[in-house]
Amino acid sequence: MYEYSDFDEAFVRARAAQFRQQVERRLDGSLTEEEFRPLRLMNGLYLQLHAYMLRIAIPYGTLSAGQMRQLAMIAERWDEGYGHFTTRQNIQFNWPKLVDVPDIIDALADVQMHAIQTSGNTIRNTTTDVFAGAAADEIADPRPIAELIREWSTDHAEFQFLPRKFKIAITGTEADRAVIRAHDIGLQLVEKDGEIGLKVLVGGGLGRTPMLGQVIRDFLPVADLLPYLEAVISTYNLMGRRDNKYKARIKITVFENGLDAFKAAVEEEFARIRPTFSGVDQEILRVIAAQFAPPAFKNDPVDSYEAALSVDPVFRRWVARNITAHKVENHAIVTISLKEHGKTPGDATADQMRVMADLADRYGYGELRISHEQNVVLPHVAKADLPAVHAELLRAGLATANVGLLSDMICCPGMDYCALATARSIPVAENLATHFRDIGLEDEIGNLKIKISGCINACGHHHIGHIGILGLDRAGVENYQITLGGDAGPQAAIGDKTGPGFAYDEVVPAIERILRAYLALRESPAETFIDAFRRLGAAPFKEALYGENRDAA
Amino acid sequence: MARKFTPKVLTANDLRLGDVVYMTASGDWTRCHAEAELLEDEADAELRLLKAHGQSGIVVGAYLADAKAGPDGPEPVHFREAFRSRGPSNYDLGKQADSKRGTAHV
Amino acid sequence: MSVIVRDDGFHAEDFAGTAVEIASDIKSDELVQLASGADMVRILFPSFSDGRGFTLARRLRDAGYAGRLRAVGPVIADQYAMARRSGFDEVEIPDDLAARQPEEQWKFRADWRAHDYRARMKG
Ligand code: HEM
Ligand code: SF4
Repeated sequence: MYEYSDFDEAFVRARAAQFRQQVERRLDGSLTEEEFRPLRLMNGLYLQLHAYMLRIAIPYGTLSAGQMRQLAMIAERWDEGYGHFTTRQNIQFNWPKLVDVPDIIDALADVQMHAIQTSGNTIRNTTTDVFAGAAADEIADPRPIAELIREWSTDHAEFQFLPRKFKIAITGTEADRAVIRAHDIGLQLVEKDGEIGLKVLVGGGLGRTPMLGQVIRDFLPVADLLPYLEAVISTYNLMGRRDNKYKARIKITVFENGLDAFKAAVEEEFARIRPTFSGVDQEILRVIAAQFAPPAFKNDPVDSYEAALSVDPVFRRWVARNITAHKVENHAIVTISLKEHGKTPGDATADQMRVMADLADRYGYGELRISHEQNVVLPHVAKADLPAVHAELLRAGLATANVGLLSDMICCPGMDYCALATARSIPVAENLATHFRDIGLEDEIGNLKIKISGCINACGHHHIGHIGILGLDRAGVENYQITLGGDAGPQAAIGDKTGPGFAYDEVVPAIERILRAYLALRESPAETFIDAFRRLGAAPFKEALYGENRDAA
Repeated sequence: MARKFTPKVLTANDLRLGDVVYMTASGDWTRCHAEAELLEDEADAELRLLKAHGQSGIVVGAYLADAKAGPDGPEPVHFREAFRSRGPSNYDLGKQADSKRGTAHV
Repeated sequence: MSVIVRDDGFHAEDFAGTAVEIASDIKSDELVQLASGADMVRILFPSFSDGRGFTLARRLRDAGYAGRLRAVGPVIADQYAMARRSGFDEVEIPDDLAARQPEEQWKFRADWRAHDYRARMKG
């Protein structure tokens, strides 16, 4: 795993000191709230509904056991004993006090972490495939490049006050578990004539006007990456709209100017910038890459694992749902579900964080990941250790065997925490999960991605859920719009609205009508909801949703 | 056409702690919605808001929120303000928990 | 009136020649031409949250402009390092801002060369 260089260490300490000073200057009146706001946002500090909220970067979703323990400590000492893992592979604490935040930032720096650029109109945390470095299907581990981007973009003088936030995602596989098409820039490692390079997409983004990224370069040599990113982002910095924040994202810049004109401006700028890069970044990349070398995998036989599989149905079920193939035969990737039915998706208590950290130390080579689906992953576990891991997860309430099922939802904080929300999202997720468990249909329905946002900003990715749920405020009452047919993978698609929205207590029955229609219409249990939707189109599902009510409505 | 003014409370967040606060009749800040002053006159409400903007060393993000008179004092009208006056619905935290701990009036 | 900020703190205006003034919405093909040969270029920041000036400065420097380069407007002390790293020599701020953000707060970032990731990547 990546360890801070002296340079990183000195920088993070200096930034912590600067932020401490900025908080003091806010309190003594040298900084107005208007001036302080972008500064606190540059350090991940929001003001939410009930309190401040601190968003801490987990670069490319990778975390050491020691870092996870420190998050548990922070949760207990300065917050309310839990944290919320987000679809941006970050963690959010919902109850910090402004006066304590400088101490929290110091505690983060103690374990090589920070909250820099987790907010604000700047380049955010680069996200990647949660299975990077462990998956059997990747061309190369994308994390060294993600780390290179982290270093280059951190405190980048030119890009701290962009027209709007800027999100980059990178994947090493065609399967795309990083949703690169929904990012301002999406990068995919590709191979051409034995050389590894990058396919570059630009102009994706969700929010008010969801758009999927378009290819701007089929094959960019890795050595050109940083100057190319500079060319794209400085072009956007000058061309992006600043008169309307809903039109300020790069997706609108690309859309309004057209990909060709935007690309021409980028290439012109790239020609200017490229010669100013000497190539030392590639040496730095080599040093970084060495740190992502895989651990020395154990050679344990898998007999005990197979024995447990044959005798323990609970274990078997968990393995079937929560285990993914590892590139090494006798190892596995473990997904720890943070989606226990009826609980807040993505939340973990301090105790649970410590359990996961201990498991990572004992069985997982000290490494953890945060997935954009708001779960925690142990990327490398010997199969021989899986029964022990499962037993300990059971004790900690972390063995929910629902990965990929209906209750494994992405859900934003919504009106329970978020100042921008128009409706709640967490209780909708809780109600859906418990209802479908109680009526016994969750397994029958099988693989399904439901994603819920509490407002049009789409932090819960609702546009790219097979079923998306968007909470709105209709004349002072919560109302939920349903979209169908979205997808986050290589076949990325923006879902279509079904029609009029539903009241808070009508959401669960509405989703049930859709899913019962699916069960009745599918060709076989092997045909998933999204496959059936692609075959049948929206009509039968809309009929199920609105048919019986049409007269009343 | 001028819209009819509906009663408001003046609310903000505490700068240091982040907690939701409301302005009382005496011009102090309280953490309890029911102790807020119900502002029924538009000019008066705007004046209060200006006063709050001048207190940026104490509170942030002041605004006027719809409220109505209730038996124990002003009550929120919109569900957003109801959440702000109470806390999140997924955990017993925020004001709903403080009031049990007896700290609602700090 | 305004105050000029440099690494060693506040100064009064000490430039007497003619400066070329560049607004942040300038067309990018006019930028270099306008600046060429100028003794001083002043790039105007309409607000501290509008970061176009940083890109304009970097572009001018990449294009070879070697004269004096000044950021003008309500730039805040916390942006001083960004301005210097982008190629500005100095910042010109209004008096009321200078009163609220006194000299020490600007000199705190006179170490703008330290901890510069991008410079390290560029070599
Ligand atoms: C609670 C405080 C939060 C605030 C104030 C907030 C604010 C926003 C806003 C304003 C946007 C729309 C940006 C635009 O379209 O220009 C957005 C998008 C987004 N946010 Fe959040 N967000 C919050 C929490 C979260 C959380 C918890 C997550 C992860 C679960 C998240 C992930 C995202 C994602 C993935 C998008 C959409 C993708 C895109 O940027 O196009 N946000 N957020
Ligand atoms: S989608 Fe809306 S409600 Fe949900 S976290 Fe984002 S801004 Fe808040």
